[in-house]
Amino acid sequence: MKQQLFEQRHRKNWELVEQSLEKPDSAKKSILFVEHYMLLCQHLALSKQRMYDTALIERLNKLVLRLYRELYRYRSGSRLNFYGFLVRDFPLAIYRHRHFIGLALLVFLVPALLAGTWVYFDENAVYSVLNSTDVRAVEQMYDPAARKLGRESEADTDVFMFGLYIQNNISVAFRCFAGGLLAGIGTLFVLIFNGLIMGSIAGHLTRLDFVDTFYPFVVGHGSFELTAIVFSGAAGLKLGYSILNPGQFSRLDALRLAGRNAIPMLYGIVFMLVIAAFIEAFWSSNTSLAINVKYSVGAICWLLVLFYSFSGKRFESQ
Amino acid sequence: MLDTNYLVEIPGGIELEAQVVGPIPRFLAFSIDFAIRFIVLVIGAIVSIPLGKLGFAFWFIAWLLIEWFYPVLFEVFKRGQTPGKIVLGISVVHDDLTPVTFGTSLIRNLLRTVDFLPFLYLFGLVTMISNSRFQRLGDLAAGTLVISVRESAKPAAIDNITPLACATSLLKNEQSAIVDFLHRSQHLSPPRQEELARILDGITHDKNKTRVDQLQRIGAWYLGVR
Repeated sequence: MKQQLFEQRHRKNWELVEQSLEKPDSAKKSILFVEHYMLLCQHLALSKQRMYDTALIERLNKLVLRLYRELYRYRSGSRLNFYGFLVRDFPLAIYRHRHFIGLALLVFLVPALLAGTWVYFDENAVYSVLNSTDVRAVEQMYDPAARKLGRESEADTDVFMFGLYIQNNISVAFRCFAGGLLAGIGTLFVLIFNGLIMGSIAGHLTRLDFVDTFYPFVVGHGSFELTAIVFSGAAGLKLGYSILNPGQFSRLDALRLAGRNAIPMLYGIVFMLVIAAFIEAFWSSNTSLAINVKYSVGAICWLLVLFYSFSGKRFESQ
Repeated sequence: MLDTNYLVEIPGGIELEAQVVGPIPRFLAFSIDFAIRFIVLVIGAIVSIPLGKLGFAFWFIAWLLIEWFYPVLFEVFKRGQTPGKIVLGISVVHDDLTPVTFGTSLIRNLLRTVDFLPFLYLFGLVTMISNSRFQRLGDLAAGTLVISVRESAKPAAIDNITPLACATSLLKNEQSAIVDFLHRSQHLSPPRQEELARILDGITHDKNKTRVDQLQRIGAWYLGVR
Protein backbone atom coordinates (compact mmCIF):
# COMPACT_ATOMS: atom_id res chain seq x y z
CA MET A 1 0.00 0.00 0.00
CA LYS A 2 1.34 3.41 -0.94
CA GLN A 3 1.90 5.82 1.87
CA GLN A 4 -0.60 8.39 0.72
CA LEU A 5 -3.43 5.88 0.59
CA PHE A 6 -2.46 4.61 4.03
CA GLU A 7 -2.51 8.14 5.38
CA GLN A 8 -5.84 8.92 3.75
CA ARG A 9 -7.38 5.84 5.25
CA HIS A 10 -6.27 6.43 8.83
CA ARG A 11 -5.87 10.19 9.06
CA LYS A 12 -9.32 10.63 10.70
CA ASN A 13 -8.34 8.25 13.48
CA TRP A 14 -5.03 9.95 14.18
CA GLU A 15 -6.57 13.39 14.26
CA LEU A 16 -9.25 12.13 16.64
CA VAL A 17 -6.58 10.87 19.04
CA GLU A 18 -4.56 14.06 18.71
CA GLN A 19 -7.62 16.13 19.54
CA SER A 20 -8.65 14.03 22.50
CA LEU A 21 -5.11 14.19 23.91
CA GLU A 22 -5.37 17.97 23.93
CA LYS A 23 -8.50 17.89 26.07
CA PRO A 24 -8.26 18.46 29.82
CA ASP A 25 -7.97 15.35 31.98
CA SER A 26 -11.59 15.24 33.07
CA ALA A 27 -12.88 15.06 29.51
CA LYS A 28 -10.57 12.24 28.41
CA LYS A 29 -12.00 8.82 27.76
CA SER A 30 -9.39 6.23 28.66
CA ILE A 31 -11.31 3.37 27.05
CA LEU A 32 -10.97 5.18 23.76
CA PHE A 33 -7.25 5.46 24.44
CA VAL A 34 -6.72 1.75 24.94
CA GLU A 35 -8.38 0.87 21.63
CA HIS A 36 -6.50 3.56 19.77
CA TYR A 37 -3.25 2.65 21.44
CA MET A 38 -3.35 -0.88 20.03
CA LEU A 39 -4.41 0.40 16.62
CA LEU A 40 -1.69 3.03 16.51
CA CYS A 41 0.97 0.56 17.60
CA GLN A 42 -0.07 -1.50 14.61
CA HIS A 43 0.03 1.49 12.28
CA LEU A 44 3.49 2.43 13.51
CA ALA A 45 4.78 -1.11 13.04
CA LEU A 46 3.31 -1.22 9.52
CA SER A 47 4.79 2.10 8.47
CA LYS A 48 8.17 1.07 9.76
CA GLN A 49 8.04 -2.25 7.96
CA ARG A 50 6.85 -0.64 4.73
CA MET A 51 9.50 2.06 5.08
CA TYR A 52 7.15 4.98 4.83
CA ASP A 53 8.91 8.28 5.12
CA THR A 54 10.48 9.60 8.30
CA ALA A 55 7.96 12.38 8.87
CA LEU A 56 5.05 9.94 9.09
CA ILE A 57 6.91 7.47 11.28
CA GLU A 58 7.95 10.31 13.56
CA ARG A 59 4.38 11.57 13.82
CA LEU A 60 3.00 8.12 14.65
CA ASN A 61 5.84 7.50 17.09
CA LYS A 62 5.08 10.77 18.91
CA LEU A 63 1.41 9.86 19.02
CA VAL A 64 2.03 6.36 20.41
CA LEU A 65 4.47 7.80 22.95
CA ARG A 66 1.87 10.29 24.17
CA LEU A 67 -0.80 7.60 24.43
CA TYR A 68 1.64 5.30 26.19
CA ARG A 69 2.52 7.99 28.74
CA GLU A 70 -1.18 8.70 29.20
CA LEU A 71 -2.01 5.04 29.80
CA TYR A 72 0.81 4.38 32.25
CA ARG A 73 0.56 7.65 34.11
CA TYR A 74 0.41 7.95 37.87
CA ARG A 75 -3.08 7.35 39.18
CA SER A 76 -3.64 9.27 42.35
CA GLY A 77 -4.99 7.13 45.15
CA SER A 78 -4.14 3.76 43.69
CA ARG A 79 -0.80 3.41 45.48
CA LEU A 80 -1.71 5.24 48.63
CA ASN A 81 -2.07 2.61 51.33
CA PHE A 82 -0.88 4.32 54.45
CA TYR A 83 -1.95 1.60 56.84
CA GLY A 84 -0.24 -1.11 54.83
CA PHE A 85 2.87 0.99 54.66
CA LEU A 86 2.97 1.62 58.39
CA VAL A 87 2.25 -1.95 59.44
CA ARG A 88 4.13 -3.91 56.80
CA ASP A 89 6.26 -2.02 54.26
CA PHE A 90 8.28 0.20 56.55
CA PRO A 91 9.09 -2.45 59.20
CA LEU A 92 10.05 -4.84 56.40
CA ALA A 93 12.35 -2.25 54.88
CA ILE A 94 13.90 -1.72 58.32
CA TYR A 95 14.41 -5.47 58.66
CA ARG A 96 16.06 -5.67 55.25
CA HIS A 97 18.42 -2.85 56.16
CA ARG A 98 19.28 -4.37 59.57
CA HIS A 99 23.00 -4.89 58.90
CA PHE A 100 23.40 -1.38 57.64
CA ILE A 101 21.39 -0.02 60.56
CA GLY A 102 23.82 -1.75 62.90
CA LEU A 103 26.74 -0.25 61.03
CA ALA A 104 25.21 3.24 60.92
CA LEU A 105 24.45 3.01 64.63
CA LEU A 106 28.10 2.19 65.36
CA VAL A 107 29.38 4.96 63.11
CA PHE A 108 27.10 7.43 64.87
CA LEU A 109 27.41 6.18 68.44
CA VAL A 110 31.17 5.55 68.73
CA PRO A 111 32.22 9.13 67.84
CA ALA A 112 29.39 10.44 70.02
CA LEU A 113 30.52 8.42 73.06
CA LEU A 114 34.20 9.20 72.52
CA ALA A 115 33.55 12.92 72.09
CA GLY A 116 31.16 12.90 75.04
CA THR A 117 33.66 11.21 77.37
CA TRP A 118 36.51 13.43 76.25
CA VAL A 119 34.49 16.63 76.69
CA TYR A 120 33.21 15.42 80.06
CA PHE A 121 36.70 15.00 81.48
CA ASP A 122 38.53 17.84 79.70
CA GLU A 123 36.86 21.20 80.06
CA ASN A 124 38.61 22.75 77.07
CA ALA A 125 37.85 19.90 74.71
CA VAL A 126 34.41 21.19 73.79
CA TYR A 127 36.03 24.12 72.00
CA SER A 128 37.82 21.72 69.65
CA VAL A 129 34.45 20.59 68.31
CA LEU A 130 32.18 23.64 68.62
CA ASN A 131 33.00 27.32 68.44
CA SER A 132 32.60 29.45 71.53
CA THR A 133 29.40 31.20 70.34
CA ASP A 134 27.66 27.86 69.90
CA VAL A 135 28.90 26.63 73.28
CA ARG A 136 27.53 29.74 74.97
CA ALA A 137 24.20 29.42 73.14
CA VAL A 138 23.86 25.80 74.24
CA GLU A 139 24.83 26.66 77.82
CA GLN A 140 22.24 29.41 77.96
CA MET A 141 19.54 27.21 76.50
CA TYR A 142 19.84 24.56 79.22
CA ASP A 143 21.00 26.68 82.16
CA PRO A 144 18.76 25.69 85.12
CA ALA A 145 19.17 29.24 86.47
CA ALA A 146 17.39 30.58 83.42
CA ARG A 147 14.46 28.27 84.18
CA LYS A 148 12.86 28.52 80.77
CA LEU A 149 14.90 26.30 78.46
CA GLY A 150 16.26 29.24 76.57
CA ARG A 151 13.02 30.64 75.33
CA GLU A 152 9.59 31.63 76.48
CA SER A 153 7.12 28.85 75.89
CA GLU A 154 4.35 30.46 73.91
CA ALA A 155 2.15 28.79 71.35
CA ASP A 156 3.57 30.66 68.34
CA THR A 157 7.13 30.02 69.53
CA ASP A 158 6.34 26.31 69.57
CA VAL A 159 5.06 26.45 66.00
CA PHE A 160 8.12 28.41 64.98
CA MET A 161 10.42 25.81 66.52
CA PHE A 162 8.43 23.06 64.84
CA GLY A 163 9.06 24.68 61.44
CA LEU A 164 12.74 25.11 62.22
CA TYR A 165 13.24 21.54 63.49
CA ILE A 166 11.39 19.87 60.65
CA GLN A 167 13.25 21.87 58.02
CA ASN A 168 16.64 21.21 59.59
CA ASN A 169 16.15 17.53 60.44
CA ILE A 170 14.70 16.46 57.12
CA SER A 171 17.47 18.25 55.27
CA VAL A 172 20.10 16.49 57.40
CA ALA A 173 18.43 13.10 56.89
CA PHE A 174 18.10 13.55 53.12
CA ARG A 175 21.71 14.71 52.78
CA CYS A 176 22.83 11.79 54.90
CA PHE A 177 21.06 9.41 52.50
CA ALA A 178 22.27 11.16 49.34
CA GLY A 179 25.88 11.08 50.57
CA GLY A 180 25.74 7.31 50.17
CA LEU A 181 26.07 7.77 46.43
CA LEU A 182 29.68 8.83 46.99
CA ALA A 183 30.54 5.20 47.81
CA GLY A 184 29.12 5.77 51.29
CA ILE A 185 31.68 8.42 52.23
CA GLY A 186 29.17 11.28 52.39
CA THR A 187 26.92 9.27 54.71
CA LEU A 188 29.82 8.33 56.98
CA PHE A 189 30.83 11.98 57.14
CA VAL A 190 27.32 13.19 58.08
CA LEU A 191 26.94 10.44 60.73
CA ILE A 192 30.35 11.00 62.33
CA PHE A 193 29.97 14.77 62.23
CA ASN A 194 26.56 14.72 63.89
CA GLY A 195 27.73 12.09 66.37
CA LEU A 196 30.69 14.29 67.41
CA ILE A 197 28.56 17.40 67.84
CA MET A 198 25.75 15.74 69.78
CA GLY A 199 28.23 13.78 71.90
CA SER A 200 30.18 16.90 72.84
CA ILE A 201 27.06 18.88 73.68
CA ALA A 202 25.82 16.07 75.91
CA GLY A 203 29.25 15.68 77.53
CA HIS A 204 29.65 19.40 78.10
CA LEU A 205 26.22 19.88 79.63
CA THR A 206 26.69 16.83 81.85
CA ARG A 207 30.01 18.25 83.05
CA LEU A 208 28.27 21.54 83.89
CA ASP A 209 25.62 19.46 85.74
CA PHE A 210 22.72 20.72 83.60
CA VAL A 211 21.47 17.14 83.67
CA ASP A 212 17.97 17.93 84.87
CA THR A 213 17.27 20.38 82.06
CA PHE A 214 19.05 18.71 79.16
CA TYR A 215 18.12 15.04 79.34
CA PRO A 216 14.40 15.45 80.06
CA PHE A 217 14.29 17.80 77.08
CA VAL A 218 15.92 15.45 74.57
CA VAL A 219 14.70 12.06 75.76
CA GLY A 220 11.24 12.26 74.18
CA HIS A 221 11.88 13.36 70.63
CA GLY A 222 15.35 11.81 70.58
CA SER A 223 13.73 8.40 70.17
CA PHE A 224 12.22 9.27 66.80
CA GLU A 225 14.84 11.76 65.69
CA LEU A 226 18.04 9.82 66.37
CA THR A 227 16.54 6.59 65.07
CA ALA A 228 15.44 8.32 61.87
CA ILE A 229 18.94 9.74 61.33
CA VAL A 230 20.44 6.28 61.84
CA PHE A 231 17.87 4.84 59.38
CA SER A 232 18.78 7.42 56.76
CA GLY A 233 22.43 6.61 57.38
CA ALA A 234 21.65 2.93 56.85
CA ALA A 235 19.86 3.62 53.56
CA GLY A 236 22.79 5.77 52.42
CA LEU A 237 25.36 3.14 53.42
CA LYS A 238 23.42 0.48 51.53
CA LEU A 239 23.47 2.71 48.46
CA GLY A 240 27.23 3.10 48.79
CA TYR A 241 27.76 -0.61 49.45
CA SER A 242 25.79 -1.51 46.32
CA ILE A 243 28.33 0.47 44.28
CA LEU A 244 31.36 -0.99 46.06
CA ASN A 245 30.16 -4.59 46.12
CA PRO A 246 27.39 -5.14 43.56
CA GLY A 247 27.51 -8.95 43.86
CA GLN A 248 25.85 -10.73 40.97
CA PHE A 249 24.41 -7.52 39.49
CA SER A 250 26.06 -4.90 37.39
CA ARG A 251 27.02 -1.87 39.43
CA LEU A 252 24.24 0.14 37.81
CA ASP A 253 21.56 -2.48 38.51
CA ALA A 254 22.77 -2.91 42.08
CA LEU A 255 22.55 0.84 42.63
CA ARG A 256 19.08 0.97 41.13
CA LEU A 257 17.94 -1.92 43.33
CA ALA A 258 19.33 -0.25 46.45
CA GLY A 259 17.58 2.96 45.44
CA ARG A 260 14.27 1.16 45.00
CA ASN A 261 14.64 -0.58 48.38
CA ALA A 262 15.38 2.76 50.02
CA ILE A 263 12.06 4.33 48.98
CA PRO A 264 9.96 2.97 51.91
CA MET A 265 12.80 3.91 54.26
CA LEU A 266 12.67 7.51 53.01
CA TYR A 267 8.90 7.76 53.46
CA GLY A 268 9.27 6.32 56.95
CA ILE A 269 12.11 8.67 57.86
CA VAL A 270 10.05 11.71 56.87
CA PHE A 271 7.14 10.37 58.92
CA MET A 272 9.34 9.79 61.98
CA LEU A 273 10.93 13.22 61.73
CA VAL A 274 7.54 14.90 61.57
CA ILE A 275 6.57 13.09 64.78
CA ALA A 276 9.92 14.03 66.34
CA ALA A 277 9.48 17.71 65.46
CA PHE A 278 5.97 17.67 66.95
CA ILE A 279 7.22 16.16 70.20
CA GLU A 280 10.20 18.50 70.33
CA ALA A 281 8.20 21.66 69.71
CA PHE A 282 5.05 20.97 71.69
CA TRP A 283 6.08 18.47 74.39
CA SER A 284 9.81 18.60 75.10
CA SER A 285 9.84 22.38 75.39
CA ASN A 286 7.10 22.37 78.00
CA THR A 287 8.88 23.25 81.26
CA SER A 288 5.84 23.00 83.53
CA LEU A 289 5.90 19.20 83.52
CA ALA A 290 7.69 17.17 86.15
CA ILE A 291 10.98 15.56 85.18
CA ASN A 292 9.68 12.11 86.01
CA VAL A 293 6.76 12.51 83.62
CA LYS A 294 9.18 13.48 80.86
CA TYR A 295 11.44 10.51 81.54
CA SER A 296 8.46 8.13 81.60
CA VAL A 297 7.06 9.44 78.33
CA GLY A 298 10.56 9.35 76.85
CA ALA A 299 10.93 5.71 77.90
CA ILE A 300 7.58 4.86 76.32
CA CYS A 301 8.65 6.56 73.08
CA TRP A 302 11.91 4.63 72.99
CA LEU A 303 10.16 1.33 73.68
CA LEU A 304 7.64 2.10 70.95
CA VAL A 305 10.33 2.91 68.40
CA LEU A 306 12.42 -0.14 69.33
CA PHE A 307 9.46 -2.50 69.29
CA TYR A 308 8.34 -1.09 65.95
CA SER A 309 11.82 -1.34 64.47
CA PHE A 310 12.00 -5.05 65.28
CA SER A 311 8.51 -5.86 63.99
CA GLY A 312 9.37 -6.40 60.33
CA LYS A 313 10.91 -9.88 60.37
CA ARG A 314 7.65 -11.80 60.13
CA PHE A 315 6.87 -10.27 56.73
CA GLU A 316 10.13 -11.37 55.14
CA SER A 317 9.10 -14.86 54.08
CA GLN A 318 5.87 -13.74 52.41
CA MET B 1 26.57 5.67 16.76
CA LEU B 2 26.56 8.89 18.71
CA ASP B 3 23.01 10.22 18.65
CA THR B 4 20.15 11.00 20.99
CA ASN B 5 17.80 8.24 19.80
CA TYR B 6 16.59 6.01 22.58
CA LEU B 7 14.74 2.85 21.60
CA VAL B 8 12.66 0.74 23.93
CA GLU B 9 10.36 -2.18 23.25
CA ILE B 10 6.95 -1.56 24.77
CA PRO B 11 4.11 -4.01 25.52
CA GLY B 12 2.33 -2.81 22.39
CA GLY B 13 4.76 -5.05 20.53
CA ILE B 14 6.73 -2.26 18.89
CA GLU B 15 9.90 -0.34 19.43
CA LEU B 16 9.12 3.14 20.61
CA GLU B 17 11.63 5.86 19.96
CA ALA B 18 12.37 8.93 22.06
CA GLN B 19 14.98 11.66 22.01
CA VAL B 20 17.02 12.00 25.20
CA VAL B 21 17.85 15.53 26.22
CA GLY B 22 21.33 16.83 27.00
CA PRO B 23 22.74 19.15 29.65
CA ILE B 24 21.93 22.55 28.07
CA PRO B 25 18.09 22.35 27.93
CA ARG B 26 18.09 20.66 31.31
CA PHE B 27 20.21 23.43 32.78
CA LEU B 28 17.85 26.03 31.30
CA ALA B 29 14.82 24.23 32.72
CA PHE B 30 16.53 24.06 36.10
CA SER B 31 17.30 27.78 35.97
CA ILE B 32 13.65 28.60 35.31
CA ASP B 33 12.57 26.37 38.19
CA PHE B 34 15.21 27.90 40.42
CA ALA B 35 13.96 31.40 39.60
CA ILE B 36 10.37 30.37 40.32
CA ARG B 37 11.32 28.81 43.65
CA PHE B 38 13.40 31.82 44.60
CA ILE B 39 10.60 34.25 43.79
CA VAL B 40 8.02 32.17 45.67
CA LEU B 41 10.25 32.05 48.76
CA VAL B 42 10.94 35.79 48.62
CA ILE B 43 7.24 36.57 48.29
CA GLY B 44 6.57 34.06 51.09
CA ALA B 45 9.09 35.87 53.28
CA ILE B 46 7.55 39.28 52.55
CA VAL B 47 4.08 37.99 53.37
CA SER B 48 4.91 35.85 56.41
CA ILE B 49 7.61 37.77 58.29
CA PRO B 50 5.23 40.53 59.47
CA LEU B 51 3.16 37.72 61.04
CA GLY B 52 5.93 37.16 63.56
CA LYS B 53 7.05 33.74 64.71
CA LEU B 54 4.02 31.99 63.31
CA GLY B 55 4.90 33.45 59.92
CA PHE B 56 8.50 32.23 60.26
CA ALA B 57 7.21 28.74 60.99
CA PHE B 58 5.13 28.70 57.83
CA TRP B 59 8.07 30.06 55.90
CA PHE B 60 10.38 27.30 57.18
CA ILE B 61 7.87 24.63 56.24
CA ALA B 62 7.37 26.24 52.83
CA TRP B 63 11.15 26.28 52.38
CA LEU B 64 11.34 22.59 53.25
CA LEU B 65 8.57 21.69 50.82
CA ILE B 66 9.96 23.84 48.03
CA GLU B 67 13.55 22.74 48.50
CA TRP B 68 12.89 19.00 48.52
CA PHE B 69 9.42 18.36 47.12
CA TYR B 70 8.85 21.01 44.42
CA PRO B 71 10.35 18.85 41.63
CA VAL B 72 8.86 15.64 43.03
CA LEU B 73 5.28 16.89 43.17
CA PHE B 74 5.41 18.45 39.72
CA GLU B 75 7.07 15.41 38.15
CA VAL B 76 4.52 13.02 39.61
CA PHE B 77 1.36 15.03 39.03
CA LYS B 78 2.28 16.94 35.87
CA ARG B 79 3.50 13.98 33.84
CA GLY B 80 7.19 14.38 34.51
CA GLN B 81 7.28 18.10 33.97
CA THR B 82 8.20 20.92 36.31
CA PRO B 83 7.28 24.40 35.00
CA GLY B 84 10.82 24.83 33.65
CA LYS B 85 10.58 21.50 31.83
CA ILE B 86 7.20 22.47 30.35
CA VAL B 87 8.78 25.61 28.90
CA LEU B 88 11.65 23.61 27.40
CA GLY B 89 9.38 20.79 26.20
CA ILE B 90 11.20 18.06 28.14
CA SER B 91 9.95 15.45 30.56
CA VAL B 92 11.26 12.93 33.09
CA VAL B 93 10.37 9.28 32.40
CA HIS B 94 11.43 5.84 33.58
CA ASP B 95 13.86 4.09 31.29
CA ASP B 96 10.90 2.16 29.81
CA LEU B 97 9.38 5.58 28.93
CA THR B 98 6.54 5.28 31.47
CA PRO B 99 5.90 8.38 33.62
CA VAL B 100 7.80 8.62 36.90
CA THR B 101 6.20 7.51 40.14
CA PHE B 102 6.51 9.14 43.54
CA GLY B 103 9.30 6.83 44.69
CA THR B 104 11.56 7.17 41.67
CA SER B 105 11.05 10.91 41.49
CA LEU B 106 11.93 11.22 45.17
CA ILE B 107 15.15 9.24 44.67
CA ARG B 108 16.31 11.21 41.66
CA ASN B 109 15.59 14.53 43.35
CA LEU B 110 17.13 13.67 46.73
CA LEU B 111 20.31 12.53 45.03
CA ARG B 112 20.45 15.93 43.33
CA THR B 113 22.47 16.89 46.42
CA VAL B 114 25.31 14.69 45.22
CA ASP B 115 25.01 15.80 41.61
CA PHE B 116 25.52 19.34 42.84
CA LEU B 117 28.88 18.48 44.41
CA PRO B 118 31.63 19.69 44.52
CA PHE B 119 30.04 22.86 43.15
CA LEU B 120 27.50 23.89 40.49
CA TYR B 121 26.44 20.38 39.43
CA LEU B 122 29.94 19.31 38.38
CA PHE B 123 29.42 15.63 39.29
CA GLY B 124 26.05 15.69 37.58
CA LEU B 125 27.49 17.20 34.42
CA VAL B 126 30.43 14.79 34.26
CA THR B 127 28.12 11.79 34.77
CA MET B 128 25.64 13.15 32.25
CA ILE B 129 28.15 13.50 29.43
CA SER B 130 29.84 10.19 30.14
CA ASN B 131 26.84 8.00 29.36
CA SER B 132 24.79 7.79 26.20
CA ARG B 133 21.46 8.60 27.83
CA PHE B 134 22.53 11.87 29.51
CA GLN B 135 21.67 10.52 32.98
CA ARG B 136 23.00 12.29 36.03
CA LEU B 137 23.79 10.29 39.18
CA GLY B 138 20.26 10.66 40.51
CA ASP B 139 18.86 9.41 37.21
CA LEU B 140 21.18 6.39 37.26
CA ALA B 141 20.06 5.38 40.75
CA ALA B 142 16.36 5.99 40.06
CA GLY B 143 16.40 4.49 36.55
CA THR B 144 15.01 7.62 34.94
CA LEU B 145 15.91 9.76 31.95
CA VAL B 146 14.83 13.05 30.44
CA ILE B 147 13.28 13.01 26.97
CA SER B 148 11.96 15.60 24.56
CA VAL B 149 8.17 15.79 24.28
CA ARG B 150 8.10 18.80 22.01
CA GLU B 151 5.75 18.56 19.01
CA SER B 152 7.60 18.29 15.71
CA ALA B 153 6.55 20.51 12.83
CA LYS B 154 4.13 18.85 10.45
CA PRO B 155 5.42 18.40 6.88
CA ALA B 156 4.02 20.87 4.40
CA ALA B 157 1.39 19.77 1.90
CA ILE B 158 2.61 18.47 -1.48
CA ASP B 159 -0.50 19.00 -3.56
CA ASN B 160 1.02 21.03 -6.36
CA ILE B 161 3.58 18.44 -7.48
CA THR B 162 2.85 16.23 -10.49
CA PRO B 163 4.24 12.77 -9.81
CA LEU B 164 6.83 11.21 -12.06
CA ALA B 165 7.67 7.52 -12.32
CA CYS B 166 11.35 6.82 -11.91
CA ALA B 167 13.12 5.30 -14.91
CA THR B 168 15.34 3.14 -12.71
CA SER B 169 13.89 0.69 -10.21
CA LEU B 170 15.04 1.50 -6.67
CA LEU B 171 15.25 -0.43 -3.41
CA LYS B 172 12.69 0.35 -0.72
CA ASN B 173 15.11 2.26 1.50
CA GLU B 174 16.32 4.30 -1.47
CA GLN B 175 12.72 5.16 -2.28
CA SER B 176 12.06 6.35 1.24
CA ALA B 177 15.26 8.44 1.15
CA ILE B 178 13.83 10.28 -1.86
CA VAL B 179 10.49 10.78 -0.09
CA ASP B 180 12.42 12.15 2.88
CA PHE B 181 14.14 14.56 0.51
CA LEU B 182 10.75 15.71 -0.73
CA HIS B 183 9.65 16.54 2.82
CA ARG B 184 12.93 17.95 4.01
CA SER B 185 13.65 20.11 0.97
CA GLN B 186 11.06 22.64 2.12
CA HIS B 187 13.35 23.42 5.08
CA LEU B 188 16.55 23.60 3.03
CA SER B 189 18.02 26.51 1.10
CA PRO B 190 17.86 26.23 -2.71
CA PRO B 191 21.65 25.84 -3.13
CA ARG B 192 21.65 23.00 -0.60
CA GLN B 193 18.69 21.35 -2.38
CA GLU B 194 20.64 21.62 -5.60
CA GLU B 195 23.75 20.18 -3.99
CA LEU B 196 21.89 17.17 -2.59
CA ALA B 197 19.96 16.57 -5.79
CA ARG B 198 23.20 16.56 -7.81
CA ILE B 199 24.30 13.37 -6.05
CA LEU B 200 21.38 11.59 -7.73
CA ASP B 201 22.04 12.79 -11.25
CA GLY B 202 22.46 9.13 -12.20
CA ILE B 203 18.79 8.56 -11.37
CA THR B 204 17.17 11.75 -12.56
CA HIS B 205 19.23 11.84 -15.81
CA ASP B 206 18.67 15.57 -15.74
CA LYS B 207 21.37 17.85 -17.03
CA ASN B 208 19.20 20.94 -16.77
CA LYS B 209 18.55 23.04 -13.70
CA THR B 210 15.35 21.15 -12.84
CA ARG B 211 16.97 18.25 -11.01
CA VAL B 212 15.45 19.31 -7.68
CA ASP B 213 11.99 19.41 -9.24
CA GLN B 214 12.54 16.04 -10.83
CA LEU B 215 13.56 14.46 -7.57
CA GLN B 216 10.58 15.93 -5.73
CA ARG B 217 8.25 14.59 -8.42
CA ILE B 218 9.77 11.12 -8.10
CA GLY B 219 9.34 11.40 -4.34
CA ALA B 220 5.67 12.25 -4.83
CA TRP B 221 5.28 9.17 -7.04
CA TYR B 222 6.72 6.91 -4.37
CA LEU B 223 4.48 8.55 -1.81
CA GLY B 224 1.55 7.36 -3.89
CA VAL B 225 0.40 10.59 -5.52
CA ARG B 226 -1.14 9.83 -8.92
